[in-house]
Amino acid sequence: MRSPETYFKIRKLKNSLFHLVVLISAICVMAPLFIVVAFLLQKGASGFNLDFFTNIPKPVGEIGGGMKHAIIGTMIMVSLASLIAIPIGLLGGIFLSEFGKGKIATLLRFATDLLTGVPSIVIGIFGYLLVVIPFKSFSALAGALSLSLIILPIVIRSTEEILKLIPNHYREAGLALGLPRWKMILFIIVKGHLSQLFTGIILAISRAAGETAPLLFTAFGSLYLSYNVKAPMASLPVQIYNYAISPYKDWQSQAWTGAFVLITLVLGLNLFARTVFGIKKLRRK
Amino acid sequence: MELDIINDSQKSTAKSESLIRTPSLPLISYKGQDKLALFFLRFCALSIFAILVLMIGLLFKMAMPAISMFGLDFITSSDWNPVEDQFGGLAFIYGTVTTSFLALIIATPLSIAMAIFISQILKGALSKVVSMIVELIAAVPSIVFGLWGLFYLAPWVKSTLTPFLKNTLGFLPQFQGPSFGIGILSASIILAIMITPTITSIVREIFNSVPQIRKEAALGLGATKYEMIRIAVLRPSLSGILGAVVLGLGRALGETMAVAMIIGNNPTISKSLFSPGATMASVIANEYAEAEGDLHLSALCYIALILFAITFIVNLAARTIIWHNNRRSQK
Amino acid sequence: MRKLFVGLMAFIAMNTMAATQINGAGATFPYPLYSKWFSEYSKENKDIQINYQAIGSGGGIRQLIQETVDFGASDAPMSDNDKSKATRQILQIPTVLGAVAISYNVSEVTANIKLDGDTLAKIFLGEISKWNDPKIAALNEGLKLPAKDILVVRRADGSGTTSIFADYLSTVSKDWETQVGRGKTLKWPTGIGAKGNDGVTGAISQNDGAIGYIELAYAINNNLKVAALKNKAGEYKLPTVQGVSLAAAKVKSISEVTNSIVDADGKGVYPISSFTYILLPVKEKDAKIVEVKKFLKWALSKGQNFAAPLHYAPLPKRLALEMLKEIK
Repeated sequence: MRSPETYFKIRKLKNSLFHLVVLISAICVMAPLFIVVAFLLQKGASGFNLDFFTNIPKPVGEIGGGMKHAIIGTMIMVSLASLIAIPIGLLGGIFLSEFGKGKIATLLRFATDLLTGVPSIVIGIFGYLLVVIPFKSFSALAGALSLSLIILPIVIRSTEEILKLIPNHYREAGLALGLPRWKMILFIIVKGHLSQLFTGIILAISRAAGETAPLLFTAFGSLYLSYNVKAPMASLPVQIYNYAISPYKDWQSQAWTGAFVLITLVLGLNLFARTVFGIKKLRRK
Repeated sequence: MELDIINDSQKSTAKSESLIRTPSLPLISYKGQDKLALFFLRFCALSIFAILVLMIGLLFKMAMPAISMFGLDFITSSDWNPVEDQFGGLAFIYGTVTTSFLALIIATPLSIAMAIFISQILKGALSKVVSMIVELIAAVPSIVFGLWGLFYLAPWVKSTLTPFLKNTLGFLPQFQGPSFGIGILSASIILAIMITPTITSIVREIFNSVPQIRKEAALGLGATKYEMIRIAVLRPSLSGILGAVVLGLGRALGETMAVAMIIGNNPTISKSLFSPGATMASVIANEYAEAEGDLHLSALCYIALILFAITFIVNLAARTIIWHNNRRSQK
Repeated sequence: MRKLFVGLMAFIAMNTMAATQINGAGATFPYPLYSKWFSEYSKENKDIQINYQAIGSGGGIRQLIQETVDFGASDAPMSDNDKSKATRQILQIPTVLGAVAISYNVSEVTANIKLDGDTLAKIFLGEISKWNDPKIAALNEGLKLPAKDILVVRRADGSGTTSIFADYLSTVSKDWETQVGRGKTLKWPTGIGAKGNDGVTGAISQNDGAIGYIELAYAINNNLKVAALKNKAGEYKLPTVQGVSLAAAKVKSISEVTNSIVDADGKGVYPISSFTYILLPVKEKDAKIVEVKKFLKWALSKGQNFAAPLHYAPLPKRLALEMLKEIK
């Protein structure tokens, strides 16, 4: 029989041990982010100069060149994808939050979650079969369409979740003014919560900006700066991938610089969405 | 002249009326407007169904030759031989399942600990900052993890982790055989890093929803913090945690680029975790644009279809678990 | 909204003004040379941009059949089966020759090792799994070989380089022919797969103990060790431009350019040599095809001068002249 004192000591010990384990685990979880960012800074920052942003690739084995074409390509395709997906996503999300009752809505929610979960490579195949084959050309448009399928379900669910949080008396007040329902939704529900909706949209865009797999068989790649949406177009992630698996030291270091730019873009958008709009949300309340 | 003036004034009143848009004369009745708006909204929402149906239909159509050729034997055969036009997907299914489960084994305890750390131990601003760091990990593009994995993680696994595992667990067949860093183990670690934030953020929400009064009751009975967390936080959340883990599994199953870069792309089934492997997503990424034979291409679409089906089942499972959990907690 | 519209119109206007862009895809084997060619050609013809994506020969043929690219490139000539799938007639134009080098990375071995076909097949079959295996040691007397595991690196994508290599191994080894065979994608008994010549080269240089097959230019550009291979005459030859040219000596006319030249007879021959081809659909009135033909004429004449410095063997003069007539 253990004395109550030792029993208590054991409990205390367990408690501190538990704290220690939790602390170590937390460090293990966060470490990769810092390690990755540190490596990107160390390996990528050295190639971070004007040439990188103003040049297109040089022939194999020649030192120099940059990723201007890929940066612009990513911007074009992500913008196009946003143009396609955000309106549909917002409206779909409004539908789910304002009219989302019944079996169809439940099914729709599940379908949206399913689309979020569809492996991005499968979305790439879909884009290839749907656009590339019928139009007989790899194209930035096909890439943008694939990316829009990444953005769409995220925007739908984030819109729905944000709008659902709005208390019902807002809606009732709007309807009591004698507004038709659509005006109430547009001018009171949506307009009043634009900043939160923006957060969801920006997060979705930042996710799409970093995707590689949907672009492999759709936007393909290009060595030139191209604005032609009906032709193949380079993108930052695909360019990083091609350079990362190449054996040339110069290309590898450009891959690191590219990854540095990409992560700055993606994490920057993320932080921007979470902090700037997050603060606004607090102030509003 | 006078007539004209009268006419003008009439016109101007008509104009001003139309500017005010008298509520008595809407072009379409409010009900009609709402119906129209609803129709439009529903159209947008239903586009999701259309996309999914089209996706499944197209994949099915493309996979048909392989389905009619190999049937369900495709799932049980590991013979992937483009020379002989013989295709079986077992090696890829095995690779996907192994890496995903290994990733879960690593990620689940870490995620739960992280969620406890954020929701129960840290307070206020610090908790917010740490949870944002975790969310940022989820935002890191897969290609960046792939790049880092290829140049740093794989060599580290080869030089440090493998000798350690061989010395401690070397009696198990899973930890024998040559290691080159590139392989199932490295891929699993990358996957674990990538799914930890997913699981953490859901588990954190579940922990946060535990009523404060229960925690205080446990502490009031003299429980240490550890005991309180075990009894009042962890125990009632178990089914929710399971749901979160299943969702994490869903993310791991479909992950493509990072895995394709460091798994070694060798479709064999080996006991050793050090050996190279291949996953369903990685084989599609490597061979889809390049497959020459029609049957080869069709077999790849078959794999995509299976991957889709697995994603479907996993998502359904996660939703069911979470739904049950929500219903129970509402009672 | 209006601003957006104006922007979009400006965008479209910009598109129509851009230079003619020709899209090609395929082999990684000649990519170091091709990228030089396209870049030089664009300098001379400012309004032409040739966007070539090195995705592998299998991909080149596949995408050509799907008609998603204007031209394809492959190191392995198209099979009759492939040709029957294409809706258009396809012209196969040899552009240059190259060697498949057996490249390895063993930190203890600084000299070039010697290998024969049988040993090489056994390594890639997984039957030889250590660097100090007696079979390798017997060929390399006096060389200290470590007891390291061999990591076989091979292609994960459909590849003409694989096809040449498998063709060679099938010619010299019965075991290989019966167990694995020929093709652009194989059922590999061992090793890790990497994407493109790029990927294989990268994997070799990153892994101590690795061996793989890559185009010569990749090995030289990345300072990788290459093995001397035993040719039919019994000599051990390192891959060189000259050895490749000698292997092509037996090809007399353009009707024979799609024949295999692996394990060729004669002294000084490097045994794993091959032509590489550009695949061009025959379509009379297509403006892009006309431009590709113009480029090919340039490549087969002026372009040949770039080959040797980049470690490719130029086409035999007579073949090049005959080919030029063929293109018209």
